[in-house]
Amino acid sequence: MTEKLVIIGNGMAPGRMLEHLFEQAPGRFAVTIFNAEPRVNYDRIMLSPVLSGEKTYEDIIIHGDAWYETHGVTLHRGDRIVSIDRTNRSVTSQNGVTAAYDRLVIATGSNPFIIPVPGKDLPGVVAYRDLDDVGAMLAAAEMGGDAIVIGGGLLGLEAAAGLKARGMNVTVLHVMPSLMERQLDPAAGYLLQKALEDRGIKVICKANTRAILGDGKVEAVELDDGRRLPASIVVMAVGIRPNVQLAREAGLAVNRGIVVDDGMLTSDGHIMALGECAEVGGQVYGLVAPLYEMARIAASHLSGDKTPAFVHADTPTKLKVTGIDLYSLGDFSEGPDREEIVLRDASAGIYKRLVLKDNHIIGTVLYGETSDGAWFNDLKKKQVDISGMRDTLIFGQAYQGGAPLDPMAAVAALPDDAEICGCNGVCKGKITSTITGKGLTSLDEVRAHTKASASCGSCTGLVEQLMALTLGDKYNPAAVTPMCTCTDLGHDDVRRLIKAKGLKSIPAVMQELEWKTSCGCAKCRPALNYYLVCDWPDEYADDYQSRFINERVHANIQKDGTYSVVPRMWGGVTNAKELRAIADVVDKFQIPMVKVTGGQRIDLLGVEKEDLPAVWADLGQAGFISGQAYAKGLRTVKTCVGSDWCRFGTQDSTGLGIRIEKFMWGSWTPAKLKLAVSGCPRNCAEATCKDIGVVCVESGFEIHFAGAAGLDIKGTDVLGLVKTEDEALEVIVGLTQMYREQARYLERIYKWAKRIGHDEIRRQVLQDTERRKAYYDRFVFSQKFAQVDPWSERVSGKDKHEFKPMASVGYGEAAE
Amino acid sequence: MNWTDIGHIDDIPLRGARCVKTPGFTIAVFRTGENEVFAIENRCPHKAGPLSEGIVHGASVTCPLHNWVISLESGQALGADEGAVQTFDIRNENGALSILIATPMMVAAE
Ligand code: SRM
Ligand SMILES: Cc1cc2nc3c(=O)[nH]c(=O)nc-3n(C[C@H](O)[C@H](O)[C@H](O)COP(=O)(O)OP(=O)(O)OC[C@H]3O[C@@H](n4cnc5c(N)ncnc54)[C@H](O)[C@@H]3O)c2cc1C
Ligand code: SF4
Ligand code: FES
Repeated sequence: MTEKLVIIGNGMAPGRMLEHLFEQAPGRFAVTIFNAEPRVNYDRIMLSPVLSGEKTYEDIIIHGDAWYETHGVTLHRGDRIVSIDRTNRSVTSQNGVTAAYDRLVIATGSNPFIIPVPGKDLPGVVAYRDLDDVGAMLAAAEMGGDAIVIGGGLLGLEAAAGLKARGMNVTVLHVMPSLMERQLDPAAGYLLQKALEDRGIKVICKANTRAILGDGKVEAVELDDGRRLPASIVVMAVGIRPNVQLAREAGLAVNRGIVVDDGMLTSDGHIMALGECAEVGGQVYGLVAPLYEMARIAASHLSGDKTPAFVHADTPTKLKVTGIDLYSLGDFSEGPDREEIVLRDASAGIYKRLVLKDNHIIGTVLYGETSDGAWFNDLKKKQVDISGMRDTLIFGQAYQGGAPLDPMAAVAALPDDAEICGCNGVCKGKITSTITGKGLTSLDEVRAHTKASASCGSCTGLVEQLMALTLGDKYNPAAVTPMCTCTDLGHDDVRRLIKAKGLKSIPAVMQELEWKTSCGCAKCRPALNYYLVCDWPDEYADDYQSRFINERVHANIQKDGTYSVVPRMWGGVTNAKELRAIADVVDKFQIPMVKVTGGQRIDLLGVEKEDLPAVWADLGQAGFISGQAYAKGLRTVKTCVGSDWCRFGTQDSTGLGIRIEKFMWGSWTPAKLKLAVSGCPRNCAEATCKDIGVVCVESGFEIHFAGAAGLDIKGTDVLGLVKTEDEALEVIVGLTQMYREQARYLERIYKWAKRIGHDEIRRQVLQDTERRKAYYDRFVFSQKFAQVDPWSERVSGKDKHEFKPMASVGYGEAAE
Repeated sequence: MNWTDIGHIDDIPLRGARCVKTPGFTIAVFRTGENEVFAIENRCPHKAGPLSEGIVHGASVTCPLHNWVISLESGQALGADEGAVQTFDIRNENGALSILIATPMMVAAE
């Protein structure tokens, strides 16, 4: 008979327990979960990357809907349990659902601690615990302004870094004299503070908050010394308290947490507890490694094997802030019976400290260079007597026994039982044997099968080295596709970091983001050049040597090394004077081919490079500017004849197309950008397969986007209907700017939109009018610098060298 | 063989190239980010793309037509592609550049 297992709370601990349980005792329990949060089980640890923009919520889901279905689990989302009836063995929820249990598991996690100061309940004061908190912070970040984070521990600093990455002015208030004092000694705390300050995050230590001020919402924070700091959001991250209220009311033994034995059983034989709410051996825990151990033990006891018992182990702490490496483990307080070994390298920003007792490591603090963490942890766990290697110990494993090892060899030298993934307690042997045994080739597979690197991710580097070691050339580390071989970072990371770190030149990007080549390659340089042009339109000096030849000489190179010249023909409309000028140019320069393009204009093909400036000069005389047929930028705006002539036309589609083209020409975009405006749904301008299209209707303008008709064919989606031409222009420009700021280089609108979601785009540029206006204004600002006709610039002498040979030699002799 | 003056290093943009025309063919003269100069034939071993129009990175150039990467030092195609272009000796005396070319080579192959 299946037993009824009810779980209160759907966090990381019970999620892991169920995985073990379904493996060990499939079908034994009918499982019902109540979760106060209205969602499935997700990786709470990874909220910081979601906050900073490095990940999305979808990326951090541990069990999707399908998982619950497969395992027949009933999940009540957004329904909190309000009472436990131990006599009748049932629980009752806020929504009035009662569920009977044979076995009950309490996994209610923790509550964030809120310091009891006046103003703590004002809107705009948030904790940092779940996805809703992240949502509140992101909403605040969108408005910009000042953020105050109270608490300089792990959570507070991750929140601060995330808010900074989102563009806020961030100040951290910490009551102690140095940051993360529970994990770091003052020296490392100081280095950390400096690193944060270098990123523009203000840190005030010994800061006692007296009150939070504001009228109807947060406006400032007042300190004990009277200082007032402006704030549009206050994040309280000062600690957590096990969430024990329900258990206490049910009369279970409760101390700091719900008291359980080493088999996770509470004082009631039918009820277990695990996770942050449980207290075992007098300790409560706030990192997942011990919670996962609890999960393993609970699952085992539930499935009938009562032998495993929980044993305390220290868990290393790592800070998940990109670019800051920090590792701390065990006990590092000073004492008469302790000795220490310290290594400082100020210029490299490295600090390492080992705390020893009776020739054994009992504590480790590593800052700036943490790759030996696993090794020190191993020595500590195994209680290795280090007297023999005392002199070189601090330099790490690489220096033991002769020549220094490269990082790969150091990993190779780790013993099989060395712990690689702290969160999940996975050792090296388990990873390598699973890779070979199951024929795994990708990081995701290794995560799925071993759980290594599946939680906080800070051991990912080590796991990848192990994969490389085990698989050799077969391993292709494609977790995030790097921009190119010059870096491990993907496009999104690079874009984010350019903004977050205020990087304003290609050398600055390469220096700060640790490019592996001296000056990049033909893949990354054009991308970086675009990102910088887009992000700093007024400050960045375009690097022409980082542009593809077409954009450098403002014409399209042909297979024979000649060029084609496509002048702008606004909206596809021309006249006799323009056509005559084109005809004259064709005659004068003996241009071999004249062709009408698919973009409603005229292409002059086969022009010699040296003739380009002269051809442009003549075209310029007739009023032509470059059609940018070569640009990752605005190409054409195709139009149909519209209401001026066509019997079906509903609006002046030609006029609107010309207006849009005149407004947007010259702008650089991630990939080429093509628009069209049709005067009625017959759609003669083919607006419904363009990057952005407009279909005019009686009631206004239907804006379309994300179409394709090149390598892929895809009809557009409707963004929305607007009433006036002005609105149409604002929406189109807003959408373009959003795309400019977010897409990856060479990513057309339809691909970008698919990646981030059509609804999200609608929300940002259609519904949120304020945000649309902000996008619009930024586009207009950047156009001030972009709308310079490149042809006339070159006719007046710019980049002369491009069009002339440096020298001609040998003609004298040859003429003999 | 003759050393022939072709101009000054400042005539070439940093991480860029210029051409030297001869009756028989065109030579591309490169200046890298490290201020090194190289001279190779302006003709990609793949389909004769003009290498002087490519993007220069390190001591290599990426061909503008189909992205082959050519070593400026050896003239060899790098990576999986196979082929080579002719390289020429180039001299840099305080910025004054000259290249070494055989006179007969300069005559158009008519
Ligand atoms: C000239 C033209 C063909 C013609 O004779 O009509 C043309 C010519 C080229 N197209 Fe195109 N495309 C031309 C209209 C189009 C259209 C039709 C349109 O714009 O309505 C499309 C399909 C719509 C679209 O873009 O989705 C089109 C889809 C492409 C693609 C596929 C893009 C894609 O993301 O799927 C490429 C390849 C690329 O960009 O990587 C391409 C690339 C090229 C290149 C630039 C190839 C190259 O890299 O050298 C050709 C340059 C020839 C030259 O030097 O002039 N061309 N190309 C058209 C110029 C339009 C203009 O006035 O600017
Ligand atoms: C931003 C952040 C970063 C972190 N970083 C790390 C890290 O790098 N490394 C690390 O090891 N740990 C980290 N942690 C800690 C780790 O996330 C927690 O230790 C872990 O999630 C706790 O798991 P749990 O299952 O005990 O509780 P939780 O995951 O908190 O789940 C408890 C769930 O129970 C629900 N609940 C509560 N009461 C009831 C009720 N009465 N009825 C129904 N449902 C209820 C809650 O809504 C919640 O969803 C981090 C935590 C945060 C917030
Ligand atoms: S379809 Fe476009 S890219 Fe292909 S040959 Fe024709 S012009 Fe060139
Ligand atoms: S011609 Fe150079 S890569 Fe094709």
